[in-house]
Amino acid sequence: MTAQPPGRPGSTGDPGSGRRASPAPTPRHGHHTRLDAYADRYATRTLGMTASEIRALFSVASRPEVVSLAGGMPSLAGLPLDAVADTVRDLVSTNGVAALQYGSGQGEPVLREQICEVMALEGIDAHPDDVVVTVGSQQGLDLVTRIFCDPGDVVVCEAPSYVGALGVFRAYECNVVHVEMDDQGLIPEALRQALARVAGTGRRVKFCYTVPTYHNPAGVTLTAQRRAEVLSICAEFDVLLVEDNPYGLLGFAGDPPRALRADEPDRIVYLGSFSKTFAPGLRVGWVLAPHAVREKLVLAQESSTLCPPAFSQAVVSAYLSTHDWRGQVKQFRELYRERRDAMLAALSEHMPPGASWTRPDGGFYVWLTLPEGLDAKAMLPRAVTARVAYVPGTAFYADGLGSRCMRLSYCHPPADRIGEGVRRLAAVMGDELELRQTFGATAGRIGSARYDSPSPDVS
Amino acid sequence: MSDRLLVLAGGLSHERDVSLRSGRRVAEALRRVGRDVDECDVGSELIGALQTDAPACVLPLLHGEQGEDGALREVLELVSVPYVGARPDACRLAFDKPVAKAVVGRAGVRSAAGVTLPAETFREIGAATVMQTLVARLGLPLVVKPARGGSALGCSVVREPAELPGAMVACFSYASMALVERFVEGTEVAVTVLDRADADLMTLPPVQIRPDSGIYDYTARYTAGATEFVVPAELPDDQQAACAQVAVTAHRALGLRDLSRSDLIVDADGTVWFLEVNVAPGMTETSLVPLSIDAAGLTLGAVCADLVDQAIARPAMDT
Repeated sequence: MTAQPPGRPGSTGDPGSGRRASPAPTPRHGHHTRLDAYADRYATRTLGMTASEIRALFSVASRPEVVSLAGGMPSLAGLPLDAVADTVRDLVSTNGVAALQYGSGQGEPVLREQICEVMALEGIDAHPDDVVVTVGSQQGLDLVTRIFCDPGDVVVCEAPSYVGALGVFRAYECNVVHVEMDDQGLIPEALRQALARVAGTGRRVKFCYTVPTYHNPAGVTLTAQRRAEVLSICAEFDVLLVEDNPYGLLGFAGDPPRALRADEPDRIVYLGSFSKTFAPGLRVGWVLAPHAVREKLVLAQESSTLCPPAFSQAVVSAYLSTHDWRGQVKQFRELYRERRDAMLAALSEHMPPGASWTRPDGGFYVWLTLPEGLDAKAMLPRAVTARVAYVPGTAFYADGLGSRCMRLSYCHPPADRIGEGVRRLAAVMGDELELRQTFGATAGRIGSARYDSPSPDVS
Repeated sequence: MSDRLLVLAGGLSHERDVSLRSGRRVAEALRRVGRDVDECDVGSELIGALQTDAPACVLPLLHGEQGEDGALREVLELVSVPYVGARPDACRLAFDKPVAKAVVGRAGVRSAAGVTLPAETFREIGAATVMQTLVARLGLPLVVKPARGGSALGCSVVREPAELPGAMVACFSYASMALVERFVEGTEVAVTVLDRADADLMTLPPVQIRPDSGIYDYTARYTAGATEFVVPAELPDDQQAACAQVAVTAHRALGLRDLSRSDLIVDADGTVWFLEVNVAPGMTETSLVPLSIDAAGLTLGAVCADLVDQAIARPAMDT
């Protein structure tokens, strides 16, 4: 250490201690700092990007002691890694120069053909020319929002809605209008009323964003009858639908539900992904769009990333053509069904009266509604102390609602850990209910940070 | 013995994320001054790792329970590894805010009048009655905070009686004991004490905290740009000296070692009120101790290296 304690007047010497204390030299005038030289020049939309108490709590969820029912990471333990390694080695040795080069902004033609084969499983008859490959379907949603939405434009979403979509809409400063769901998915009449309400204010709905199949976070699926009604309402109001379908092939019974896009080629932008059926680390998703929209998406893609990663596309393409990927997806389905069963059984066994939850037929998530008076966000610190984590429901609403709900994911932990996690959660709810009974119904205190969801690498 | 230093960060407390940031910054600062540093989380493998490949010295940068309540340091004593910072018994006193206030109060330092209560008391006696009595006795505004814990997690300012139940619930979500204190209006200041065995206690320039939101909560603490800091605090010389004196008195009264940070309020009359003292103060990019180290013309790496050398040189019985 280099500074010498000076014998400056005002020394804090303590004669009784035998050791003197003195302040280090200090500048005469206070130096003002915000620890961020750019604090005064960020864009307005950046203002909500603050540290979040809730996000900090998710950091504990990554520890093995904690049963995390918070994350959305698919379970990759079943992937045939040796075979994938061989595929990648062959790819580099036989076609490395192309795979490591820039590619087309729209994505590689061979992969786009294969994507059409994948979508055919959901009844979609598409042409590879209308597919744009994206960096995960998340980037697809970003590009779609970029080409359609100006600040203040209205986007209609389910309530609750996918947190990553709400993040995109926030980034483009959209005005989100939520529409209620029930156990059968989006409620058509509620959609009609919402569209009429927006039309009544003279504003235009730029699109309606929906996850019709194995919804994230709600765990419900739009019924076949309602699918027809939703399409008809969107036609009536001349509204574009953005159908986000990452979980469509991960159903637990029967064939995949028929995609909305299968029955309406002109009014739907469809988003697909290999993140849940193969590997999220490759970041390969796609958009299927009417040709005029697709043209703009390709230009937007080029200005965003120049091209989606050629190497990742080549790996996916080789995997699809050399492996029994349908068999692999079937294995995933069985794994997730077993975990869903474990979660539903544990919920039935442990949840207190007044709690209710959805029973998903596919996908990764159960949506749990807490007994009256509980606030999932306020309860999260107690849950983390008890070594269980979940995502509070408010993350899935643009308007601060959802405090009585939470998303529980069963995709990552093994069945026995899911059971233990739900047991811990029930104990936490019991303690919190007791506390709430002691103090009466009170509003949650933890502020409304707008980035309260876990990062993608939270298990 | 190797020259390798071990930064312990992470853990299972609510402040895990803050701890990881503190750990990374300190490890990097020490590497910049040429030290060999490993970083390690705290888990079931820790004791084994400390015994099979003992580091020259440990820097415990765990915040919250385990890190600051003395438990982890008991373990370090058990395996006889030198470490930077206060001993377990001192940590136990300092980490418990009501206990620290009592100890520091006996040494003549003022702190806000307060009451420490577990949730059970409210349930058994009747929350409404207890809360009414609290308001009547302490007056408004009040501060409700966990008796043990940091980073302002679970803390709220209560300005109306109707806000008190929500504040109590928020606090008890984080901890089993609540400290309800009279709110002291004034300038919020943090003073770092550097304690070197063969020299005087040194206080670093006081840091004044001005959160844009008015409340120095989690978001204001860890969002760069959300809080303005003034170093040294814009206080008259005598008040700055009084702050330094309080920090030194707290450090001594609690028997702390190496480094501490006292959080204080200076009211309109210039009276200094003690809030709490931290035995493992935050070292993140937005933390207060690194700011005061900078303002003193020192560097974080040099200060940490000094403290490490001091810990290694301590006689074994005094590790």
